[in-house]
Amino acid sequence: MKKLIVSPAPHLHGKESTKSLMRDVIIALAPSLLVSVYYFGFSAVKLALVGVATAVAVEYVIQKYIVKSKITVNDYSAALTGLLLSLNLPPNSPWWIMFIGSVVAIGIAKMTFGGVGQNLFNPALVGRVFLLVSFPVIMTDYSIPTSWFREGIDAGSGATALSIVKEGLARGLTMDQIFDANNFSYSQMLFSKIGGSVGEVSALALILGFIYLLIRRVIRPHIPVAIIGTVLVFSGVFWLINPESYADPLFNVLTGGILIGSIFMATDYVTSPMSKKGMVLYGIGIGVITMLIRYWGAYPEGISFAILIMNATVPLINMYMKPAKFGKEVKHG
Amino acid sequence: MSKTFSIGGIHPHDNKISINAAIENFPVMERAYISMSQHLGAPAEPVVAKGDKVKTGQLIAKANGFISANVHSSVSGTVNSIEMLPDLSGNLVQHIVINVEGDEWEESIDRSSEINRKIVHSPKEIIDKIAECGIVGLGGAAFPTHIKLSPPPGKKADYLLVNGAECEPYLTSDYRIMLENTEEILIGVKLMMLALGVKKSYIGIEENKPKAIKRMKEIASKGYPEIKIVSLKKRYPQGGEKQLIDAIVGRQVPSMGLPIDVGVVVQNVGTALAVYEAVQKNKPLFEGVVTVTGKCMPEQRNFRMRVGTTFESMIFAVGGFPKDAEKLVSGGPMMGKAVSRIEAASVKSTSALLLLTLEETKRGEEANCIRCAKCVDACPMGLEPYLLNRLSRANRVEDLEANMVHDCIECGSCLYVCPSDIPLLDTIRLSKAKVLKIIRSRPKK
Amino acid sequence: MTATIIFTIASLTVLGLVLALILYFTAQKFKVVEDPRIDDVETILPGANCGGCGFTGCRAFAEGCVKAETMDGLFCPVGGNDVMKKVAEYLGRSVEEKVPQVAVVRCNGNCDSRPKSNNYDGYTSCAVMASLYAGDTDCRYGCLGQGDCELSCDFDAIKMNPRTGLPEVDEEKCTACGACVKACPKMIIELRNKGPKGKRIFVSCINKDKGGVARKACAVACIGCTKCQKVCAYDAITISSNLAYIDYNKCKLCRKCVVECPTNAIWEVNFPVRVPKKAVAEVEQQ
Repeated sequence: MKKLIVSPAPHLHGKESTKSLMRDVIIALAPSLLVSVYYFGFSAVKLALVGVATAVAVEYVIQKYIVKSKITVNDYSAALTGLLLSLNLPPNSPWWIMFIGSVVAIGIAKMTFGGVGQNLFNPALVGRVFLLVSFPVIMTDYSIPTSWFREGIDAGSGATALSIVKEGLARGLTMDQIFDANNFSYSQMLFSKIGGSVGEVSALALILGFIYLLIRRVIRPHIPVAIIGTVLVFSGVFWLINPESYADPLFNVLTGGILIGSIFMATDYVTSPMSKKGMVLYGIGIGVITMLIRYWGAYPEGISFAILIMNATVPLINMYMKPAKFGKEVKHG
Repeated sequence: MSKTFSIGGIHPHDNKISINAAIENFPVMERAYISMSQHLGAPAEPVVAKGDKVKTGQLIAKANGFISANVHSSVSGTVNSIEMLPDLSGNLVQHIVINVEGDEWEESIDRSSEINRKIVHSPKEIIDKIAECGIVGLGGAAFPTHIKLSPPPGKKADYLLVNGAECEPYLTSDYRIMLENTEEILIGVKLMMLALGVKKSYIGIEENKPKAIKRMKEIASKGYPEIKIVSLKKRYPQGGEKQLIDAIVGRQVPSMGLPIDVGVVVQNVGTALAVYEAVQKNKPLFEGVVTVTGKCMPEQRNFRMRVGTTFESMIFAVGGFPKDAEKLVSGGPMMGKAVSRIEAASVKSTSALLLLTLEETKRGEEANCIRCAKCVDACPMGLEPYLLNRLSRANRVEDLEANMVHDCIECGSCLYVCPSDIPLLDTIRLSKAKVLKIIRSRPKK
Repeated sequence: MTATIIFTIASLTVLGLVLALILYFTAQKFKVVEDPRIDDVETILPGANCGGCGFTGCRAFAEGCVKAETMDGLFCPVGGNDVMKKVAEYLGRSVEEKVPQVAVVRCNGNCDSRPKSNNYDGYTSCAVMASLYAGDTDCRYGCLGQGDCELSCDFDAIKMNPRTGLPEVDEEKCTACGACVKACPKMIIELRNKGPKGKRIFVSCINKDKGGVARKACAVACIGCTKCQKVCAYDAITISSNLAYIDYNKCKLCRKCVVECPTNAIWEVNFPVRVPKKAVAEVEQQ
């Protein structure tokens, strides 16, 4: 007689696994990765490879030899962190910057907290901010390396659109003057050619990724919509009051790390809230802090710091913003 | 526009592979093992002894206590023994074992296939007849129907809701009776409405059963204006009574409450059919429709089966154990019970026997929670399963109560969606029992 | 320049002193007045905070000891008689010596003697498994093997043996705190007297089914045949519901029941190995 399997109900399981979810995010990043390879050539490939390989290796080594627990590198979460971090670096970064970033991201921000699911802060962002603070010169050099694919693009200025704006404002120029001097246009920002980190260059590629993630039900739209909405409103108010000194809302959304940050970094499962209400509050918080840093802080871009600061508030958000319970409000049909 | 419930829910494949199998009579077995615990509440007390001759439909055990039900013989023959035998979980339960001889039914049962539309009984008589015939809820819980149809003083029902959702994957027994015994079900609903004293009733059917919706609407329009057929979106657990009430009439049963607290009584379509047979045909509850199905089976079947048929004989009747079958489930795959003893027998509320393959049912290895909140999205009661699981493992009973673990309806949506294969419902179920015990032992205010 | 330095040092020093004074007075005002003996008793206790004494921790137990009138009913299983004597001495009371006890696992149905009849695939927890069904073997009473007892032990004294599927108690580490007894949903573990030199005898089975049913499920089950009861000269064995039970207070460790049991359900622990008479004769011949 065959020995039957016995377990408590339910006896079926859905098809999703951590591996399949991480894989979907990597696929969603593919458009951005392809665009970056087109524009930055070998540099982008080098950064991505070093990032992923280091992240996976660090997790493997720590799990096998230091913590001596189950090895979970095949759930792709370390690989995803490495890839995301590589997309957040300036395109001309040396390989060892990527290496250090991955080691910090996985080793310190993820493994010291206990591995997958236990970290408080977004590992890729911790890596990025660590690098930014430790190697400010390299991390703010956005010069564009040569690529096999494209021709006729000048070796870039070495600055992002946001930093150009911030500098210009500090020197007393108006918005119109800054825009004219640098030939900023929206089509540029949407399709690329705006200076930025490897993954920021094409807003369209990022949006494609966002749509893919929504269709596959990997993320919910609440956090990105809340962040972008807040940024639009906040910058819109200031722009309406003083268009000379404040860039318009569309500029604010399409430049810098807002798109990649809100779609791929802030929506990281482990470090974001668990209820829809909480997610909206989280997104608003990130939007506000980002704009505060952009306008009055020392850095031209603030989303990395904003996300990390809001990460710290997530346990509090989870405690007080609970999902609506069934039966609490008795409706009468 | 199909209606649906407001919070949570998942979309498993409905796998209704047995949907086109017409109901066939299962051959009467050689020996019947009739359990005394076929319902919620106290086991029934046998009123026959070893050696007695019994007829099909004869009363063999009496309800024992307020929450209990009569049990009738599903076969005719001689009582072999009254002994403690294992149920499908291996727990010993009292059974009456009958050696089958022929198939002689009680004379009072009307066996004609004519539909009896004339209602001659008063509401009280209807309820008494339901109690006499041992009718219990056939939606799975097996709560004695006569008690549900008699709300306590001070509580009144506005509506009767009838559950034709059949949201569990694989199950098609309710679907088949809606197609084949349509008018009988409607008469049963009408009888229950009379018993309850309600003027309006809704039958909710999921939209993956368009033929059933069409047929029910067709017959209802020909003489049952007080019964409305409502189409529901295909979503699990639409068939949960709280979710059904929310979807159809927009009322949410409060925590620790019952449907009657919001003026509703819910019954299954199978129960409605049993009520018709009891009141209009004098037939007690001793047989029901059981779907025998599974991806590894060559043929899918819907049987009209007598109570007390062993799972072993069911497998034998469909050609033996398929090679790929690794788990047997009595009931639906989301809330049914895994069978550990195939010599155990079916009871009144047995709705299906599923044969599941290893690929479908083997649980993955548990990994860390990645805090994806898919369980929170899936929970139809608005709970946070990831949190309840962690609190359960730490035995934080007060926090568990504060997070309403006792509201869990054990639908299994959380475990189904978890990408890390965490056995969420296993630990939550234990804590729910602990917290309910504590709540119920508190002195009433 | 110097002015800045002096000013900085001075202002910070003053700030520090002011805050220190505030802290000091607040601590004095909100001080919880406790019997000073509680602190002393707490230092005598082992500090494991296991709850085996029935209190919520060592400090609570110390408080309980100080507040009580006698030492009756107060016992720290980790510290044992030594610690209780010291506490009693300190408090100026007398205390009765408690007989040392140890946790005993009353099931010997391992993978060979009690074969599995189905495969459990749920969460690894005896509590979940017990609430689900009668178990993955044909014995409804036997050990489920998921290790709830091992998880509950604060002293690393009970571990699941992967080869047999049964828990094993480490006598040296076990403090008889009772955590595993409470954790086992089948109530298989019992606290019994450790016995002189650790010698003890017990029935390693709690199956209450009829003999035939029990034997079919497990080769070493107690079948309630009463042979052990008949051979016991000290009235230590009682049979109820097809199960034999040895009263550890009456048992004189003569081991007659161990030999008599037809299914080897009775266990003797820490006795010298028996040499069969035939083997001794053979050796003497050579």
